[in-house]
Amino acid sequence: MKAFPRSHPLWLAYILHRLSGIALALFLPFHFWVLSLALTRAAALDGLLGVTEMPLVKAAEFGLVFLLAVHMFGGLRLIALEWLPWSAPQKTWAAAAAGGAFLVSTAFLLRAI
Amino acid sequence: MAEVLQQDPMRVTVLRGGPGAPMRPETFEVPLYESQTVLDVVSWIQQNSDPTLSYRFACRVGMCGSCAMMVNGVPRWTCRTHVQKVLVGGAIEVGPLRNLPVIKDLAVDMDPFFDKWVEAEGRHHPTRTRDDGIAPIDPESADRQQATAGIECINCSVCYAACDTVAGNPDYLGPAALQRAWTLYNDEKNADRGSILDAVSGKGGCHFCHSMGSCTIYCPNELNPLAAIAGLKSATARRFFGRRDR
Repeated sequence: MKAFPRSHPLWLAYILHRLSGIALALFLPFHFWVLSLALTRAAALDGLLGVTEMPLVKAAEFGLVFLLAVHMFGGLRLIALEWLPWSAPQKTWAAAAAGGAFLVSTAFLLRAI
Repeated sequence: MAEVLQQDPMRVTVLRGGPGAPMRPETFEVPLYESQTVLDVVSWIQQNSDPTLSYRFACRVGMCGSCAMMVNGVPRWTCRTHVQKVLVGGAIEVGPLRNLPVIKDLAVDMDPFFDKWVEAEGRHHPTRTRDDGIAPIDPESADRQQATAGIECINCSVCYAACDTVAGNPDYLGPAALQRAWTLYNDEKNADRGSILDAVSGKGGCHFCHSMGSCTIYCPNELNPLAAIAGLKSATARRFFGRRDR
């Protein structure tokens, strides 16, 4: 039998919020570990910072900033949905969150390259 | 009966089975008529091909909420779903509603669905007795507008079948029960808002909703359980931070 169809905007916003949250939760320990190298092993930190100049890493950073931004904007939409009076254009807000995140992450990428 | 639209019959795959009999698809050939509904198709199969096919319906006009089924994977009220709008390549698939135990074939056990209406305190708490006069209600008041928004629910369980949170959490009260709670919460003739908020803020309550919105997308009466659940979340938060209920 056919699978239950989920490809409507608010479900996609839901899954994007979950997946970006999981990805950020996995990234943050690594991020803090790299920062801790400034205190413990400065040479190793410089080596890792050198790696961030590689094009592939810059592309990954673009993805990371997108995930961070879309998680933040999507989270603000959910807080507004749950705490403020009901706003009908939820699909538009979800699209705006994704669009805003793309804008922020693209601006980051343009500055990085 | 209306005229047969084409020579080739449509192929209707029905998911059949129940407790003790694994669910299996069975395909029937059914003549295609003008203005035919999916419920007409299921009835045709039961009356002409296999009288042992089990399904449920009552009013046939979208009022009773009995005939909801999965049609091509989508929960729908079958009495108001035209075959012409869901036919894909001359075929349709019909199955029992998702998220509810199957009794047999297309008939599901609605008990868990209705039990959760009771759990969500979806019952009236009167402000007056039968000896008192009828309380005047302003139909334009903000509370009444909120209550009116959800009053046309026909208990069809389409939203319950559409909800992935229900699928993943058997304790979750579900969109219909929570919307009923929100309707009563806003009813000025309801005396006990606090017990409603108690019922919907516990295990399986409104805070488990992930705001996917499938309930609102698929509600056949175009109601908005997502907004109702958001209203309950807001009301429980207001109470948590010290705002008194009526």
